[in-house]
Amino acid sequence: MTTPTVESAAQEQEPGGVPRRRFIGYVLAGTTLAVAADLSLGESRALAAIPSGPQIADAYDLEDLQTDAALPTAQLISITITKKGIAEFEFPRAEVGQGIITSTTMIIAEELDLPMRRVKVTLAPARPELLLNQLTGGSNTTFSTYTPIRVAAAIARQQLLEAAAIEFGTTADRLVTVAGVVRDPLTGQSRSYGDLAVGAASQVVKAVEVALRPEKKFKVIGKPHSRLDAEDAVTGKKRFTTDLQVPGALPTMVCRAPQHQGTPKKLRNKAKILKMPGVTHVAQVPTGIAVRAKTFGQCIDAVRAMDVEWNAGPADGESDKTVLAKLRAAEFPLAVPATPLTQTVDVDVAFAFRSSAALETYSAIADVRADSAEIWAGLKVPILAQQNIAQMAGLQQDQVKVHVITSGGSFGHKLFSDHALEAATISKAMGVPVKLMWHRADEPRQGRLHPMATSRVRASILAGQVISFEQRHTSVVTDFSHGLGEILTSTADSLPTGLGGYGFSQSIFLLTQQLPYNFGVVTQLLNETDSNYRTGSMRNIYSPDVAVAAELAIDQIAEKLKVDPVQFRLDHLKDERVKKVLQTVAKKGRWGRKLPKGMAQGIAVHKEYKGCSAVLVEIDCRPQTVKRDLGPETVTGPRVTKAHIAIDPGLVINPRGLEAQMQGGFMDGLALTLTSSCHLRDGKFLEASWDNYFYTRQWNVPPEVKVHIVDSGSSTPGGAGEAAVGTTAAAVACAYARATGSIPEMFPINHDHISFKPKTFIPPIPQSPTNGLKTAR
Amino acid sequence: MPKQTFILNGEKVTIDVEDDVRLLWVLRDLLGVTGPKYGCGINVCKACTSHINGKAFNPCATPVGDLKADDEVTTIEGLADTAPGPGLHPMQKAWIDRDVAQCGYCQPGQIMEAVALVRRLKKEGRALRDSDFDTIRNICRCGTYTRIREAIEQGAKNM
Repeated sequence: MTTPTVESAAQEQEPGGVPRRRFIGYVLAGTTLAVAADLSLGESRALAAIPSGPQIADAYDLEDLQTDAALPTAQLISITITKKGIAEFEFPRAEVGQGIITSTTMIIAEELDLPMRRVKVTLAPARPELLLNQLTGGSNTTFSTYTPIRVAAAIARQQLLEAAAIEFGTTADRLVTVAGVVRDPLTGQSRSYGDLAVGAASQVVKAVEVALRPEKKFKVIGKPHSRLDAEDAVTGKKRFTTDLQVPGALPTMVCRAPQHQGTPKKLRNKAKILKMPGVTHVAQVPTGIAVRAKTFGQCIDAVRAMDVEWNAGPADGESDKTVLAKLRAAEFPLAVPATPLTQTVDVDVAFAFRSSAALETYSAIADVRADSAEIWAGLKVPILAQQNIAQMAGLQQDQVKVHVITSGGSFGHKLFSDHALEAATISKAMGVPVKLMWHRADEPRQGRLHPMATSRVRASILAGQVISFEQRHTSVVTDFSHGLGEILTSTADSLPTGLGGYGFSQSIFLLTQQLPYNFGVVTQLLNETDSNYRTGSMRNIYSPDVAVAAELAIDQIAEKLKVDPVQFRLDHLKDERVKKVLQTVAKKGRWGRKLPKGMAQGIAVHKEYKGCSAVLVEIDCRPQTVKRDLGPETVTGPRVTKAHIAIDPGLVINPRGLEAQMQGGFMDGLALTLTSSCHLRDGKFLEASWDNYFYTRQWNVPPEVKVHIVDSGSSTPGGAGEAAVGTTAAAVACAYARATGSIPEMFPINHDHISFKPKTFIPPIPQSPTNGLKTAR
Repeated sequence: MPKQTFILNGEKVTIDVEDDVRLLWVLRDLLGVTGPKYGCGINVCKACTSHINGKAFNPCATPVGDLKADDEVTTIEGLADTAPGPGLHPMQKAWIDRDVAQCGYCQPGQIMEAVALVRRLKKEGRALRDSDFDTIRNICRCGTYTRIREAIEQGAKNM
């Protein structure tokens, strides 16, 4: 199909004099009504030169980049009305728990005037023709798809009205739609959408014009709605990749090297492994020795029995200390000199490696044959998986079918297709279908990591005014080979001025960082070093670490100037929306209330994803709390006892889903600052399970967590998935610094103390215990 | 190969499998009962939490040969049938009311643990306390913990 030319959206006057934008979309040829819309229907933006004052991300950010990348092919986003009156939409995004199926169903139901139960949103398989428009990340989904999906739905409704008008012998403007039925109020005649779907179909593709439902008439958008899969989730019916039954796809696991990214030389006891109970196949692949068996338990036994000769990994001999030294050596200098007239505030903090793994480990089903391949996996960039698998298997891209399965979490982990490619490689090597599942121990040791980083801030103060604020962020290289790299390259020509001279990562950095304060000369720069690690972004790219360092510095400046931290922020924030979220948490969380010694409040703001958020916490660092003993395998430490989160995400689609995203983002930010990290020793990561990778647990959760949604009257939805992470990490860090009177050199704060005995490296995975009945309670 | 017999969600099952295979794999890989999830395989994440004779336990740490023929194993799929009346178990209803789940992967285990916790409280004849939440080891990587607390409070009232 060729891409029709799209005219720019026209304006027309409504009877009340309010201009209403009209959009062009398409009625597709088909036996039943099918409509489509183009993603270029997003909000228009000025792409003029960026004045020197604002940072690049103020005018054009990562959201815009991803949205612009989606422009050329987006007419392929289409909605079909079936003869049963169901609106079907294959969504080219991945549902990983963030709730986009529910919110997208709401958007379609709203615009089409159809009950939500008659809207079926499913995940589209990899569609190579979509090019870059099939990447789920950067909290961009709703921002980039809101308008086009509405336009498609509005055209469907318009076509149904016109089909009914012909049947009733009247005109469409005399008819109304109510819950999936077109009615003529004068005659009482009515037809369901299902009855009209065939008559409304077109034999040719035609462009039509449509206006969208005015926001003040919204009945679905903006009202709380529970997740559509809530019942399936609580009854065990919800299917994840390893729950699928694909004929012949038996459980498969991989014996991996002790060192990060080590590779296999040779399996010395293959004959013995093949004789083990349940084992059907063994194969050496680039990432290790794969084994396929009747059960995963027998795979675990086989992996543990393997005698493998390993090659060292690229980080052989490296440890946290050596990586940190490399980062220090790579730090860009701070440019503003200290003078006798100025006061300076310096903050210098480091951040450990962290694992972005979800609770569902990397898993994928693959059936690779001589002339075709079929893959089932949770994938946020399925097209890239398809390309990589085709290349590996020597197939054409269209011979590889990639099914996108709802994931048990992602947090950035499933931007990569490591699992799908590995499963396909094993299936090809063994010549049989496989159901690959990573062992938990594989995840922190061989899976994607959020890179170690340092962040230095220097602020200069002259006569009580902040005249400069410099931030130098230095990070182990972040891998963007999941698709964002391709987006940036392909969009390079249309990027705003000011990015031309920067490299790829620096560009991403500048597209995501918006220090929202008036601090005179502001520079935030990134340098990267050391590409020995399998990295990725973890529910944010750079922002949480950058926000922690910046907000700690802001507290320090306020203290130096003897101004209350909230007042200081309010005095220097540029944006009214940011001020409003800050005022909201300060008021609701009772900022400034008296607390016992050893407890303190902390507060922070963050602006990104076309919106902004503020978090207020109270932390308890008193010895009796820090030393709470809750038994083996638990890490307690300082406890955040109260959290207030305010979010202004622009237009809110589903407040209930938004609240969930804020709570979840909070739990991540809490772990980043206080408890969760990976330790590198001689090229090996020590962590191997949840009893040593200390993600937030019930005993770390504040008894009081309140989310406040702040309405800024915006008509554009922003991003929610990552919004609360950086703000929380910063607020908790600020609270900790205020409670203890010192800023930690390293985050999370417990990183320097290893509280566990590392699990076995050879074999690389622990055996399952046998105490299940004894520990029943 | 040994025959393993036990009661699964109210029905007697018999299956040929070695004694040392952990029950989680018997359920998931051989019987196709996939409600209990894998998250660690070493009894720390609690995603596979199910019930044995009404108590919470972890199939990933239970060799199938340890089960007796009259042991009653209940997974999330069979939970609703353990409560009086038709429809879902009160704890499942509370989970839906509070819209707890995000990705949903850990939630079968969370619900089975919550039900066992409330049963323990009933046995002790006392009400739910804040400190009881500290005893829940189940991980939720989406961070739904606050809504889990609210749902347990609601579910406890209706159990």
